[in-house]
Amino acid sequence: MEIINKHITTDQTPDTVKKIVLAILENVSDPEVPVLSVIDLGIVRNITVNITPPSGGRGVGSWEVLLSVTPTYTGCPAIDVMNMSMRMALMEAGFTNIKIEQVLSPAWTTNWMSDAGKEKLKAYGIAPPQYKQAVCTPDSFQQEEAIQCPLCNSCHTELVSQFGSTACKALYKCLDCKEPFDYFKCH
Amino acid sequence: MDTKTLIDYTLHLADNALIIGHRNSEWCGHGPILEQDIAITNIALDMIGQARNFYQYAAQLSGEGATEDSLAYLRDAIDFKNNLLTELPNGDWAQTVLRQFFFSTYQYFLYQQLQNGADKQLAAIAEKSLKEVTYHLRWSSEWVIRLGDGTEESKRRMLDAIDEIWSYTGELFIPVNFELLTIGDGISIDLSMIKISWDKKVKAVFEEAILPIPADTIWMQSGGKEGKHTEQLGFILAEMQFLQRAYPNSNW
Repeated sequence: MEIINKHITTDQTPDTVKKIVLAILENVSDPEVPVLSVIDLGIVRNITVNITPPSGGRGVGSWEVLLSVTPTYTGCPAIDVMNMSMRMALMEAGFTNIKIEQVLSPAWTTNWMSDAGKEKLKAYGIAPPQYKQAVCTPDSFQQEEAIQCPLCNSCHTELVSQFGSTACKALYKCLDCKEPFDYFKCH
Repeated sequence: MDTKTLIDYTLHLADNALIIGHRNSEWCGHGPILEQDIAITNIALDMIGQARNFYQYAAQLSGEGATEDSLAYLRDAIDFKNNLLTELPNGDWAQTVLRQFFFSTYQYFLYQQLQNGADKQLAAIAEKSLKEVTYHLRWSSEWVIRLGDGTEESKRRMLDAIDEIWSYTGELFIPVNFELLTIGDGISIDLSMIKISWDKKVKAVFEEAILPIPADTIWMQSGGKEGKHTEQLGFILAEMQFLQRAYPNSNW
């Protein structure tokens, strides 16, 4: 048995290696919302690991990691950074053969965000996406959803703009504690 | 449908998104108020993101060393297949939001068809982008209504904007060769169906905004999809492509 590093060995089962990959990715954060990991965000749709034979028949081969990643928004500049961060984190753990493919369909939705991620968002001061997703239609001047203020928990809040500091957020203000806040909008 | 037609059609979708995205990005730092500056810049970002997806696909289809960057930065005006509507100058805020409303309405119904088309990659990009366009359409219709049914000054500006832009909307629905060749061949975009939905949506929003729909007899401009552009596109490309042409192959 050759030890690649202290965690990954070539005689582990694919399931074990997959768990290790998942644990590594749980520590890779979104650069725009650093409390969320790429796993919390739900952008990693699939993890596949394969043992590849050694080149030239010598040595023990290595683990190949294939990640399917979907963007939150098409123009989100954080995607390139997150792909790079995932690659770096896996390389630090000893993986050398890493492939990241982009998948667009089915399209990412905030329903894929983990419950833990939603809790972390709220603690960070960003209102998490609603559990029950409101139907998004292009109709103008719709009745806005009641979004809870992440600071004082009041639902007496008001939409300022559907577009915020990043593609995934809307701007709100609390009419009770008067604080402006970001809402991770349903998508 | 041959590969060239599919590439041309994909480039048409990409060019539309890139050029209107670039136009909207010109507002960055100049919006009427901070929140709306952020809104129009967000829409610009979505458009450029969609353009990237289409260019990447077109590059993959064409091979020959093409990349998303070479397609965006190294083609000339005659190669661009965007609708004339997308390259119109920003004018004032009324003109910008009206252009966005016309275009988002078109994109909304187009992507609805495209996401069910046989080409899997175009369908996937459309499905993804449709969620973003829904927000753009909502935002831009609200602005058309706010200004049309606003003050005397805002109404006058919206009426001027209609005068300025309306004649560039006809081209959206007149199919050119690469659009005709996609019909019955999987992608099957039916522009006449899109026009029915577009007319209905525009009529509803204009009614709420108390704005008149111009007469059917108005002359419509065309040519953009076949590379015959207004003089505006050259200026856009001069600015957008300058860096890549002055310092070839420069990278982030």
